[in-house]
Amino acid sequence: MTDTFAPTTRFAVPGRIAVSNRAAAVWQTATLTEIRRETPHASTFRFAVPGWTGHLAGQHLMLRLRAEDGYVAQRHYSIASHPDDAGHVELTLDHVEGGEVSGWFHTVAEPGDEVEVRGPLSGFFAWPGDRPALLLGAGSGVVPLMSMLRQHRARDLSVPLRLVVSARSPEELIYAREYGAETTAVFTRSAPHGVPVGRMAAAHVEPLLAEQPAGGWEAYVCGSNGFAEHASRLLVEAGQPVDRIRIERFG
Amino acid sequence: MHVTRGFTGRPRVPDAGLPPGQYDAGDDWPVLSAEVTPDLAPADWTFRVDGLVEEPRTWDWTQAHELPASAYEGDIHCVTSWSKFGVRFGGVSLDAFFNVVRPHVSATHVVAYSHTGYTTNLPLEDVTGGRAWIAWEYDGRPLPAEHGGPARLLVPHLYFWKSAKWIAGLRLLDHDEPGFWEQNGYHARGNPWEEQRYSGD
Repeated sequence: MTDTFAPTTRFAVPGRIAVSNRAAAVWQTATLTEIRRETPHASTFRFAVPGWTGHLAGQHLMLRLRAEDGYVAQRHYSIASHPDDAGHVELTLDHVEGGEVSGWFHTVAEPGDEVEVRGPLSGFFAWPGDRPALLLGAGSGVVPLMSMLRQHRARDLSVPLRLVVSARSPEELIYAREYGAETTAVFTRSAPHGVPVGRMAAAHVEPLLAEQPAGGWEAYVCGSNGFAEHASRLLVEAGQPVDRIRIERFG
Repeated sequence: MHVTRGFTGRPRVPDAGLPPGQYDAGDDWPVLSAEVTPDLAPADWTFRVDGLVEEPRTWDWTQAHELPASAYEGDIHCVTSWSKFGVRFGGVSLDAFFNVVRPHVSATHVVAYSHTGYTTNLPLEDVTGGRAWIAWEYDGRPLPAEHGGPARLLVPHLYFWKSAKWIAGLRLLDHDEPGFWEQNGYHARGNPWEEQRYSGD
């Protein structure tokens, strides 16, 4: 199509991943098979979804629960598992205070329970594993980034990947046992002995941007809006182009 | 669809204003933009309407404020399932801009685009007849940058991804062209009352 309208304004977040609209339109039964405690406030829920068509690291799905009177609650959740885990997806959910869906997962759900999901959804935050990936996450914002890290490992990719993850304390750091040399953890309230306490800062981001792998970094930022604003500003100030920053905000 | 064992959900508050699958976000107003919030001063903001119109035109901040003021008081609905009741926006009705540029009869759709490059598509009839605004005030104050300030498009009867933040212009077309989220699997129109979230809904 040569006559497609494109604004003269700079396109900040090019979506480059085609999404299967058919997969996104169909609700499927997901059977809970395993619950793993990650932190005092977060657990991972593993589901068997036999008809799952697969996803890309970074994508999310929509999940719904139904009460006996027909009331339905639905939420978007980032997918934590890597794309090669055929027929399965994993979600890592915070126990949100007063949250009707996360509350059910953390206090009622047990293996064998069935919920419904549709997806995978949205292509803009997906990472197909082709470009160097610079990942900044906070709290449960690390979930879609972990999908990318797991894919990087499962496929033994040579393209660079770096993760800077922020948590309140070591106890609140989701996936703490899984991180390797690619990851820097930042603690905002309490830290292990010898590790400074504080917000993610230019000192964490600048050395990574100084590396500049071939083709440059594709940056992915995920977390609360407050974190996303802060982290994306750090990236811009350190020289990362705005059209190479993809942001997923929780809300 | 089957019942989820042991799920009761939050207390039911019957509300005719809540579209299917939505919940009341109360005082929260989540921010969900996919791009870096731009550092855009009112003095640098412009708004253009062109394409299939008699007289393409660009307004700056001062010129746009010379058009008749118009307010929206009501509800907004986000595709991620939250709705927000009783919000108040101030700005100018899009009709006031269209009265100046005079759309051709052949115009059927618009692409709205932001100063960040974000795009979204809308049928022309969804942004005319007092159903859409350029908004620069929220609750009587300047619209915050993270919510699209200095000025955003406001089309409150559709899911809120249609209400492009940091609005830069509208291009009128004689056909529909999918915007950013619409190319990423979202519904072409996005009517919350029909629950048109994703393509195929």
